[in-house]
Amino acid sequence: MTKSAKSAATAAAPKTDGALPDNSSEAPIAESLDTRPDARKSAKSIDNAARMGAFREMLYFALRNRKLIIGLSVVGFFLLLAIVGPYFAQHPPLEYSNTLNHPPTTVNGYYLGTTSDGFDVYSQLVNGLRLAFIVGLIGGGVASLIGMIVGFTAGYKAGLTDELLNMLTNVVLCIPVFALLLVIASFMQIKGVIPESLLIGFVNWPWAARALRAQTFSLTSREFVSLARLSGEKTWKIIFKEIAPNMSSYLFLMFILLFGGAILIAATLDFIGLGPAGTISLGQMMQKANQNSALLMGYWWWFIPPGLAITLIVGGAYFMNVGLDEVFNPRLREM
Amino acid sequence: MSLQIENLRVYYRTLAGDVQALDGVTFDIADGEIMGLAGESGCGKSTLGNSLIALTGRMKYVEGKVALDSKDLPIWDFEEMNRYRFKDLSIIPQYAMSAMNPTRKIGRMTGELLESRGVSHKEVLPELRRRLELVGLSEDVLNLYPIELSGGMKQRAVMVISTLLDPSLLIADEITSALDVSTQKAVAEMLVEFRERGYVKSMIVITHDISILYQVADTILVMYAGKLAEKASAETIINSPRHPYTRLLISSLPEVGVTYTGKRLEGIAGTPPALLNPPTGCRFRDRCPFAFEKCLEEPPFIEVDPGHYTACWKEI
Amino acid sequence: MSGYGTDGQGNGEGGLLKLDHVSKVFSTGTFGGKQMTAVRDVSFEVKPGEVMSVIGESGSGKSTIGRMILRLSPITKGQITFNGKDISSIRGRALKRYRHDVQGVFQDPFSSYNPIFKADRVFAMIKSEFFPGMSGPEWRNKIGLALEAVTLDPPQVLNKYPHQLSGGQLQRLLIARALLLDIQFLVADEIISMLDASTRIDVLNLLADLKGRGLGIMFITHDLSLGNYISEKTVILRRGLIVEMGATGKVFGNPTHPYTKMLLASVPQLHRKWEEIAEELKVSETVLIDREAAAKKAYETVSEILAPDADDSVLVEAEPDHLVRFSPEEARTIEPAAVAGKAE
Repeated sequence: MTKSAKSAATAAAPKTDGALPDNSSEAPIAESLDTRPDARKSAKSIDNAARMGAFREMLYFALRNRKLIIGLSVVGFFLLLAIVGPYFAQHPPLEYSNTLNHPPTTVNGYYLGTTSDGFDVYSQLVNGLRLAFIVGLIGGGVASLIGMIVGFTAGYKAGLTDELLNMLTNVVLCIPVFALLLVIASFMQIKGVIPESLLIGFVNWPWAARALRAQTFSLTSREFVSLARLSGEKTWKIIFKEIAPNMSSYLFLMFILLFGGAILIAATLDFIGLGPAGTISLGQMMQKANQNSALLMGYWWWFIPPGLAITLIVGGAYFMNVGLDEVFNPRLREM
Repeated sequence: MSLQIENLRVYYRTLAGDVQALDGVTFDIADGEIMGLAGESGCGKSTLGNSLIALTGRMKYVEGKVALDSKDLPIWDFEEMNRYRFKDLSIIPQYAMSAMNPTRKIGRMTGELLESRGVSHKEVLPELRRRLELVGLSEDVLNLYPIELSGGMKQRAVMVISTLLDPSLLIADEITSALDVSTQKAVAEMLVEFRERGYVKSMIVITHDISILYQVADTILVMYAGKLAEKASAETIINSPRHPYTRLLISSLPEVGVTYTGKRLEGIAGTPPALLNPPTGCRFRDRCPFAFEKCLEEPPFIEVDPGHYTACWKEI
Repeated sequence: MSGYGTDGQGNGEGGLLKLDHVSKVFSTGTFGGKQMTAVRDVSFEVKPGEVMSVIGESGSGKSTIGRMILRLSPITKGQITFNGKDISSIRGRALKRYRHDVQGVFQDPFSSYNPIFKADRVFAMIKSEFFPGMSGPEWRNKIGLALEAVTLDPPQVLNKYPHQLSGGQLQRLLIARALLLDIQFLVADEIISMLDASTRIDVLNLLADLKGRGLGIMFITHDLSLGNYISEKTVILRRGLIVEMGATGKVFGNPTHPYTKMLLASVPQLHRKWEEIAEELKVSETVLIDREAAAKKAYETVSEILAPDADDSVLVEAEPDHLVRFSPEEARTIEPAAVAGKAE
């Protein structure tokens, strides 16, 4: 600060007409007056803080946000279970056995009991969790990608491109997802989790595209975009280097929501019987439970584990989202 | 005396510490006086204006006394201040145009505001109509949503609504900044008109545009880095200022009639100090061409000529 | 810097930048149903070493003209020529070459920088697009020279984030960025309206210094006192039409069009009250009231009280280097001598 005063004073010595004296030739008074060692140190630390400021500030609030911590813990727990759990399963999920309709026990590794076919519920659960996360990541990922491409392009280009992409978005938005998937499923067997995820991704992007388009609109009107154009940067470069990074928090939030949404859709599809054959997912567990009247029979261990798992994962993801929103958006934080 | 402020200190809480935005200001405003509050960004003028009405967000009351018409205002107590807001003192906030609830018709918004102060909407309606007409708005405006009005119309509507209950003190925070030159003149003149008609007793007009203050204000208070620099009549501030900051500031303003080839104007080198950990003594000394050793000690804000106050060792 | 070697008085060779009957029409509504004319039939010329102020209120079209010159917005009708070449619809390599010669600085310094990157990234962008092969030391030297030209201290402004710098420093950095390209013409769109009073004059003085080196500048503003300070020529815009233009001294000294008079009468001045100025300009006599608007009592700005210029109005030379818009009848009866009535 003091150095700047000195260089500024010598660089732009005020030409006076006699009204104000010209001190530029004397030793800078300001420097000699400010003898506090703290001044320079505090200025530097503020400087450092400002530089790392945005990120560090976010981290500070992130670690203190209860919603984020809770949501992250829940999802993290199930993720861990999905990764590590199958190693503790003593039977494959679809292996017939003689222990039928047994409640949870430590005997023989049937931690969560067995079904009417003797399948190990625990094994089904942890394998189903794996599938759920795969669906969430791929389905959510694909939807995010399409949403980004459509949203960015429509928002940046505006005009006719925007109108056309809007029409496309609206059309896909109005298609009843389940009816579409029903039709597709009846014509071709969904062969596995991956095709199912892709399908979900292809129909779940419209609202993300809409939201991103709106954000892109507002960012495009900022002058740093005009400046980038004046510097000769090409369109795609501007979108990815200037606009997208500014929306990183938004994109992150969006992905989490699409992740949760994909899991829900997959569970619903599986529940009504449209899921892939040959595997057992959480939704299919619930389907079987429903078909065999588990509720009436009191076999709670057939549907409570998968139901709870879905609810907690998706709920946890949404919870994380709300918490992250508060972290990213300073105005939502309580002081 | 309409408004008396004594040693008011209001800071902002931040992660890095307290920003000493308003650091001990003392001054008076007489009945019927329009005082302009001028200064550059970060000087504390907005903090001053807003702290009198509502301490919100990260603002923290530290100390000081505020008295309006001999009544002490408990500005640190948000709930208590509700009794005074809108009735005894009122504000036209910065960006007032976008401060109106977009889902409420203007009339309904006004009605709700009045009811919350225990004033019957019907009683005030004739006066409301008269005042709207004064500023050039038809009473149909009450039936419109904010989005149906243009910027200037919204500004005028807000001016009328804020002063509906004839407050003793009106704070106008940068109300001309976002307007075109021709509308600025109309709005500024409207302020004076309000005072003439007795709708408002005294005013604090906050702005960075000193030339507008010359046109409509009786006195001007210049602030720098959270402290008061100079207060005097508008004529004096413009034509014979005594604080070095004011003098440098006035001489850096271009005017119609002044050209670069004719007379090259100069700015003030350097930047205002950061208020997180402000320097001791006079806060302008780093940039002041007159600074000497005594400036390490904070100069008092005292009367150097009748009605002319300044905080500068060189002038005392 | 461009080597026109002028004396800074705008006496270089022919037009640097010329607009010929340029118009801009925006289509709004679904699939472009409605039309809105932002700029109508604007023609003017800027010479090297000359500053032209384009003055207007909001909605006057002044920023649109700037954006058209910068090729950020397509031109609907008319032609813009730079150094004799038509640049209205060039693309690709020719457009890039044009950007090498003509750049712009905008109003909001904090919006002009991408907040997540450091401020001097704007220099890096220029290097990667225009000087990809230049060596490190040579580039650093170039930056040093540019910063010196705008009186900025390199260690103070390099390697910092935008929020760590002041508005004045940010604007000067943008001017330095333009100078890196050795531009011949700069479009300055309200570049100081968001700066503090004490730094405004520094940036203004900088522009004046640059024009002394041969740069042509289009200074867009709504503030007449600023335009008056540095420009040789002035154009007054109202709703997309030029209502008065010419040498700054003549336009301000002898305002003829009612809108110009009204603008001048509305500017708050530091040493004269509004009543004095209105008296001098005899504004009240010449203001033409739009009776319908006044009757509705719903006028938006005071300037709307003035009747708009008719579609068939024309720009006429009221005196040498001073054009004013009149209705055809008045134009026929106007004699230049009758209008230049003010003593110097």
